[in-house]
Amino acid sequence: MPSNEYVVSVSENNAGYITLFISGSITLHNIDEVMPKIKRLLEDKSPSEIYADLGDVDAMDSAGAMLLLQLENELQERSIKLEFVNVSDKVKDIMTLLDKNALASQPIIPDKRSIGFFERVGEISLNFLDDIKNVIAFGGELVLEIIYSLFHLRSVRWADVIIYMKKVGVDGLPIVGLISFLLGLILAFMSSLQLKQFGANIYVPALLSLAMVRELGPIMTAILVAGRSGSAFAAEIGTMKVNEEVDALIIMGFNPVRFLAIPKVFAAIAVVPLLTLFADLFAILGGLFIGVFFLDLTVYTYVQQSIKAISVFNVVTSMIKAVVLATLIAGIGCQRGFMVRGGAQDVGNATTSAVVAALFLIIVVDSIFAILLNYV
Amino acid sequence: MNKEHKTLSDSSEKIIVVENLTARFGDNTVLENISFEVYRGDIFIIIGGSGCGKSTLLKHMIGLYELASGRVIINGIDITNADDEQIGRLRQGMGMLFQSSALFGSMTLYENIALPLMEFTDLPSSMIDSIVKTKLGMVGLSGYENHLPSELSGGMKKRAGIARAMALDPEVLFFDEPSAGLDPVTSAELDILIKNLNKGIGTTMVIVSHELESIFNIAHRIIMLDKGKKGIIAEGDPHELKKSSNDPRVINFFNRKAAH
Repeated sequence: MPSNEYVVSVSENNAGYITLFISGSITLHNIDEVMPKIKRLLEDKSPSEIYADLGDVDAMDSAGAMLLLQLENELQERSIKLEFVNVSDKVKDIMTLLDKNALASQPIIPDKRSIGFFERVGEISLNFLDDIKNVIAFGGELVLEIIYSLFHLRSVRWADVIIYMKKVGVDGLPIVGLISFLLGLILAFMSSLQLKQFGANIYVPALLSLAMVRELGPIMTAILVAGRSGSAFAAEIGTMKVNEEVDALIIMGFNPVRFLAIPKVFAAIAVVPLLTLFADLFAILGGLFIGVFFLDLTVYTYVQQSIKAISVFNVVTSMIKAVVLATLIAGIGCQRGFMVRGGAQDVGNATTSAVVAALFLIIVVDSIFAILLNYV
Repeated sequence: MNKEHKTLSDSSEKIIVVENLTARFGDNTVLENISFEVYRGDIFIIIGGSGCGKSTLLKHMIGLYELASGRVIINGIDITNADDEQIGRLRQGMGMLFQSSALFGSMTLYENIALPLMEFTDLPSSMIDSIVKTKLGMVGLSGYENHLPSELSGGMKKRAGIARAMALDPEVLFFDEPSAGLDPVTSAELDILIKNLNKGIGTTMVIVSHELESIFNIAHRIIMLDKGKKGIIAEGDPHELKKSSNDPRVINFFNRKAAH
């Protein structure tokens, strides 16, 4: 590394010009010292011309050259001419590399018209409609492929189905179990605070098991699966899209939806209902913990009360709900993945959008089920 | 050498016919009214500067993008109005090497190459094993069956991509900038591989490239696209074009001259 040693000095001449001697090394590492020093030397002087003698400069990088240009520009504003003398070839090479006008040039403002409020609203609406159109088109294709696969079971990539069943189900079980257990714990505790006042502690197990099986179990599981697996599906397919792997599949004669989406959707349909059952079970366990240790219920009573509250019908509708939610979460995850056009950033957007869209659909589906079941 | 190719081209049939192809993305027309033919057994190279629509043309030819207008006829089948079954059969008759190799990252090289064989043939697995081994050997990757694509260098990935594209012994192989991102030695080796495969098996090769070296080394015929014209500005044997063309755009390209 060159030393940071430098010397600047000034000698005045009777003829009305001064010579500025610069020697040593003028680099990125010391220009913040050199520049003020030079300015201070020239501050109270106003000659018509300055000669900068660069004969003893032994090291200069592009930052050093920039400093000289900057000096030249600033002196020009004070209508002082700066001339470089004794410039070595090495320094000259660097100085010719710099564009004198670059320092003074204004940044080009990219031709981006600011969009007005109404235009923006219109654009967002159009994009939204476009998005809905894409989702519906993909939904139709997915349904057709599901039907095709059911009639051509050999065409399904079962090895992939097993892999995704493990990823969505087995790997997801710990977090689903933990969250449901805590949820059961909190729900039982909070409801007991109220019910205790009326001496109605005995209803805590029924409240908890019914709430879990009918509503919270499927929803909590679906939300966790959307966050864990819906996003993963979108990211995986999106990355394959960026890497041209999806194009490669098409060219090789594969149907990308059948190849990539069907195994994921089938796996989700297989394991999300199971996860939902586990969620119900863990929540009831959490409630049992509160019931036994805080509400003086026996394990037997608690379990009996829990089972009494739920009917087979409740469980069956809950499983149907889980299947529908699984299809939607996996489907929207894959759809967002297939929509990826650009690069890494687009994959990120697709992942986020897969989770957001899935959460939205979960609520919509849940509302539809609530209304339908009201009339059954 | 040129003459030999000429006679080859003249006597052989057209395997790909492109008629008045127009490619458009939204309002942006990239290519307009392009027509040309590719003869069976030729190495056909599409050249041109960056952004002139070479890759776009290739992706329209293989049916990845929909044509705005015009026709592409491969092996007598018009891909713009063929039914799914015809398209399926056609696609099994062609292979493609993508710019990024596009090997499936979650599969080993063996699985990558065996995939189309398992899907589209009824061969027993022992036979598929042998075919995969042969294809890997053909591209100089013997023994790499159990490697994942991420464990290979760029040049090896390209060669594995060729092996996969050749799995079903296609009649036409498409290459999207095969030497992009490769060092000169590796890309020269790839050129030799392409040339040998073409000579040995007679596979028709359609290549998008801007490597002058490979254009002169391996191409039988080329077309040159231009961004301004949105179409073809030169067509024929590269050596003859270099000698006889008086279009400044063609001369600049062949002489590696900057346009301004």
